[in-house]
Amino acid sequence: MLELNGITAGYDRRAPVFRGARLTLAPGESVGLLGPSGCGKSTLARVAALLHRPDAGRYVLDGTEIRAWRHRAPRELRTAVGVVFQQPRTAADPRLTLADLIAEPLRATGRGAEAAARVADLAPTVGLTPELLSRRPHAVSDGQLQRACLARALSLRPRWLICDEMTAMLDASTTAALVAAVETYRAGTGAGLLAVGHDRVLLERWCDRTVEWKDCLTGGDER
Amino acid sequence: MTGNVLRALEAVTAERAGTALLSVRGLTVRFRLSGGRTVDAVSDADLDLVPGECLALVGESGCGKSVLASALLGLLPANAETTGTALLAGPDGTGPTDLLAAGEKTLARTVRGRRVGLVPQSPAAHLTPVRTVRAHLEETVRALTGVPRRERRARAEEAAERAAFPATHLDRHPHELSGGLAQRAATALALIGDARLLLADEPTTGLDRDLVDRTADELRRHVDEGRALLLITHDLAAAERIADRVAVMYAGRIVETAPAHRFFGPAGPRHPYARGLLDALPERAFTPIPGMPPELTALPDGCAFAPRCPRATDLCGTRPEPRAAVACHHPEHPRA
Ligand code: SF4
Repeated sequence: MLELNGITAGYDRRAPVFRGARLTLAPGESVGLLGPSGCGKSTLARVAALLHRPDAGRYVLDGTEIRAWRHRAPRELRTAVGVVFQQPRTAADPRLTLADLIAEPLRATGRGAEAAARVADLAPTVGLTPELLSRRPHAVSDGQLQRACLARALSLRPRWLICDEMTAMLDASTTAALVAAVETYRAGTGAGLLAVGHDRVLLERWCDRTVEWKDCLTGGDER
Repeated sequence: MTGNVLRALEAVTAERAGTALLSVRGLTVRFRLSGGRTVDAVSDADLDLVPGECLALVGESGCGKSVLASALLGLLPANAETTGTALLAGPDGTGPTDLLAAGEKTLARTVRGRRVGLVPQSPAAHLTPVRTVRAHLEETVRALTGVPRRERRARAEEAAERAAFPATHLDRHPHELSGGLAQRAATALALIGDARLLLADEPTTGLDRDLVDRTADELRRHVDEGRALLLITHDLAAAERIADRVAVMYAGRIVETAPAHRFFGPAGPRHPYARGLLDALPERAFTPIPGMPPELTALPDGCAFAPRCPRATDLCGTRPEPRAAVACHHPEHPRA
């Protein structure tokens, strides 16, 4: 269960981006969070991904209340959530090959020994060839780099996946391929999904249900 | 297809070229890389655009569509080699200009902004952060028109109005604008020179759907006023909304050109790649095309789509020449 309750967050305590947001996902459920750009839904996604400390509110993930964010968050919770952002260029270290990029979370958690095997497993599921894995970000397209960023998010086998406008910059076929990769992973692991975006047609097709951002703010997310 | 039909189609194409505002033939762009490798970014592209028409050039990122646009504006880096012709009709019946042969001086002084207006991909990057929208507009009026100083203010306000940019926001700086208003400011700038040809490079990327619709509709309005619009986009919904014709690009080649109503309608496109692209949409089958596009440094001799194509045969090892605007040995039959 992923439970966000009364979350207030922003980048300036005196002027939060939003107040009192609420959203609940059942285990293994996929939810599309719909809202216009700049509304704050990406900030809520960052809170859910343990990357942004809210100013107020309660976040309970699989029964554990979160009290620390970013690198202070307990490792077993950090590794339970994978996240993919809109802009692969800003989310990827330009010095790493795609293979090293995908293995980054494994190395960071002291599991570097598993890296080669895990990368070899993941690459075909996101459509990356061995040749592409040896390249650095500047030598691949946005779509190929986003495939690597998705594989990176899946490398620790998270129970939850958070996709923030993952496909907003991509063409129709790459979008469908990435969504298929996410769904294959979920079918195999039972992971839950929070997909944040503004494309209603896409999220309604992709997710079990969709939630309007404005309903998150008024507590209308009753199921 | 019978010879008669083909001849009729060719006659239509020839007629279109005769009245075209922009007529591109055999446009090829290669980049030389160190180590003797070359990137075949655009190969042998033909297209025509008549006044009052919107042609959408669609394809995935890296397919060459933005390179094609940059070639038309003379904005390619120095290691690019360009061949072919791109004739832009002259103003008031004067002779055409070949955009690919014209020097940088001609392009800078008489073409960019004056005869071809560019609606850029990211308006925020296009606007200088320290200047207001009004200052941008007045400066562009000064640079592009002979309007005397005292009339510049009025001309700038007119341009803003034509692009539906609100007069109340003219004194704001770019960072104080929403994405939609920044896009309109950039469009207003593109319209100042009164160019008959507009070139929009991914004008809707990253915008919300209703803003995409509004931006697209505004561009359409300029087409309905008699301008020609080359819309470069990976957003098929935006293309469907405003295009009269669609050209699909794959691995640097235009593989199909079709009227938008047929392309998006029940008949559907005839090239297997174009059909795959449409079927990937979440409102359609939502199934991806297997695999990925080939590297532009290592294109095969035959059809570049063959490794991903469900209809490929041995014949596809030789390059399919366009027939009736479809470059495929085994085009799909109309769905309806
Ligand atoms: S030429 Fe052959 S491989 Fe290429 S698109 Fe047509 S059928 Fe497919």
